[in-house]
Amino acid sequence: MSTLSTTTTDGYASTADAAPAPSPRGIRPADDARGSDRPDATPGAAYAVPALRSDRLSSLDTLESEAIHIIREVVAEFERPALLFSGGKDSVVMLHLATKAFWPGKVPFPVLHVDTGHNFPEVIEFRDRTVERLGLKLVVGSVQEFIDRGELSERADGTRNPLQTVPLLDAIQRNKFDAVFGGGRRDEDKARAKERILSLRDEFGQWDPRNQRPELWNLYNGRHTVGQHVRAFPISNWTELDVWRYIERENIELPGLYYAHEREVFERDGMWRAVGEVSMPLPHEEVVTKLVRYRTVGDMSCTGAVVSDARTVADVVVEVAASTLTERGATRADDRISEAAMEDRKKDGYF
Amino acid sequence: MSTETSLLETGLRESTLFRFATAGSVDDGKSTLVGRLLHDSKAILADQLDAVARTSADRGFGGGAAGSQAIDLALLTDGLRAEREQGITIDVAYRYFATDRRSFILADCPGHVQYTKNTVTGASTADAVVVLIDARKGVLEQTRRHLSVLQLLRVAHVIVAVNKIDLVEFSESVFREIETDVQKVARELGLGSDGIADLVVIPVSALDGDNVVDRSERTPWYSGPALLEVLETLPAADELESHLESFRFPVQLVIRPQGALAPDAVAAGLDVEAYRDYRAYAGQVTEGTVKIGDKVTVLSPGAEPRNTTVTGIDFAGSELAEATAPQSVALRLADDIDIARGDTIAAAGTVRESSADLYAALCWLSPKPLREGSKVLVKHGTRTVQALVRNVTGKLDLATFDVQPASSLELNDIGNAQLRLAAPLPLENYLHHRRTGAFLVIDPADGNTLAAGLVKDHPGDHEDERYVI
Repeated sequence: MSTLSTTTTDGYASTADAAPAPSPRGIRPADDARGSDRPDATPGAAYAVPALRSDRLSSLDTLESEAIHIIREVVAEFERPALLFSGGKDSVVMLHLATKAFWPGKVPFPVLHVDTGHNFPEVIEFRDRTVERLGLKLVVGSVQEFIDRGELSERADGTRNPLQTVPLLDAIQRNKFDAVFGGGRRDEDKARAKERILSLRDEFGQWDPRNQRPELWNLYNGRHTVGQHVRAFPISNWTELDVWRYIERENIELPGLYYAHEREVFERDGMWRAVGEVSMPLPHEEVVTKLVRYRTVGDMSCTGAVVSDARTVADVVVEVAASTLTERGATRADDRISEAAMEDRKKDGYF
Repeated sequence: MSTETSLLETGLRESTLFRFATAGSVDDGKSTLVGRLLHDSKAILADQLDAVARTSADRGFGGGAAGSQAIDLALLTDGLRAEREQGITIDVAYRYFATDRRSFILADCPGHVQYTKNTVTGASTADAVVVLIDARKGVLEQTRRHLSVLQLLRVAHVIVAVNKIDLVEFSESVFREIETDVQKVARELGLGSDGIADLVVIPVSALDGDNVVDRSERTPWYSGPALLEVLETLPAADELESHLESFRFPVQLVIRPQGALAPDAVAAGLDVEAYRDYRAYAGQVTEGTVKIGDKVTVLSPGAEPRNTTVTGIDFAGSELAEATAPQSVALRLADDIDIARGDTIAAAGTVRESSADLYAALCWLSPKPLREGSKVLVKHGTRTVQALVRNVTGKLDLATFDVQPASSLELNDIGNAQLRLAAPLPLENYLHHRRTGAFLVIDPADGNTLAAGLVKDHPGDHEDERYVI
């Protein structure tokens, strides 16, 4: 604090100090900023001033509290919310926050998984086990079924992440969900940095980034009309490192592929791709066994692994803190398509 | 592995959260300053920097300047296609970076279009706001407008960054002149006398990094801290206030499982019988602190205030001795009172009667103008009620700070209005209560947010005459 009091530029604060105005809230600003004096109560205030707290909330506590507030607001104000649950770390953290928000009651909404059909088997196993453990209803929107019915066609590059939008909107419509929780974070992408915590979507699920409602204080406006729905992003303000530190602090279980393991991989577009049914190497691509882990979990055909020896959550926290690449830059082929790949997908109704 | 040992293993310490916003005028280098803060605090990762460097090179940024340093830092913050194409920032963007001491949430508020809307939005959640001034231009009308909005919204700390100091040859006299002008405006506004805790003025060059993260040798006449030092040391608004304010807790919902307990909690050994009649009121402490045993008053519309005692503060299986803003918890109370979403639990003896007459300052954020006689919705805490706009009593001239007569409010106007509510609300003066004095005005037709509202005292109360609008 001393740096502030030595500045020659805070002349104004000094003036206020010399002739202290009886601040209605009892704060004498300059003193408080220097931490040199305990603020006094307003004379005649109707209440006693409690002792100064020595323990300030950590950033994780503050973020957790904000997320729980948002989850409760949405549950209170909407008829039929659902939570997007892929088994990926952000959605696992979301579900964990929901269990805390309603303890000792059950999480009062179903989870929705948009299944690309290109899954890592261990993630599906984790999904089913988690749903069972928490006694939740699972709704699945299947990309494969849409392809089989001819309502979606496979892309030339084989990537199915962008194809999730149609089954997602279909599931929202069929189940009459009016609010859908997502684990999207603003630090993930430039377009997501502009996203609201409650984001209104029209009948076509479209996001209109130039015409968003201002979001003020902690007052969230979830009003919508028939056909519209809202996407809610309670962990908007978390970073990848916050998510990992929270997973560590809360001892949250994740699918094993988030931690270093031996896997057969091949190199494509500067990323390590797993060998699997939907992700086969081309003749010139050499298959090697490496110690890898996943930073994001999505469509197996476009999600890359990173070489890592981080076998525990503590190792991962250290690795993420030191990383020089963003998680999407490191592991998502679909976000390398163009500078505005995420923005374009979101406008069409993507998460 | 226990939490304690794993934290030690990772060697990362617990940091606190600090939210700040930036506000500036056209072309004063705000995006560059934000880019510089992110870049120099190592929040920009290699792949993001590569992408920006590629785009900068494609567009010939920096002319023929040699070296790979010539990247357009503004590109780091412009997230939408239209923003990159037009070279302007359209909407508030949120950015994240951390130092050893703090995690920062930065709301980057554009100065081009709808500056009042964006500044109000960014400032409503900010612990501090950084206002940019171009050293070559000095205090502009827009600077006055920004400071006026910050005063109105009671932002705890204002930092004025006098940018492009390199373009005035690092001149002390230019800086001092601007500094004097800023302080003069602050005095005119009453900045610091009640709303704003402090004002710091710093000479910076966002382009070169002078006094942004580290103190610059090129401004030897400036002995103050660099911008990031200030941001790292200022107390957050909740740290300043939570121990001074009385407890306020808008009820979000009632947790009453009636036997439908969480299976994972039961599996972990929760005593099902003990929780059969469990009832707790979930919400976020918006102001102050609550302890077990505290006497509280429950405010419900249409009912007399009722007094009871806090018997438990629950948070996901642990019982807390106390909770402080902004913690989300669930409260148990001694008496079996009918409490629902929208009610407020407050420290006993600190609340005044709920009122259906609302006097307020409105920051009008919608292209649809406010007309006297129109019906709107007011969202206050966890309650939304219908309201009738009785009259508009004046409009603030942000440049002169005078209140002028007006009968309507347009986009980006700030004015005074009187509303009649369909149900009484526990309204409190925004000047004393940054959370319970704030509300939204919502369009009942399309649900859009029309205005940010700040509760004022009723005419005649004159609790604080310095609160001019």
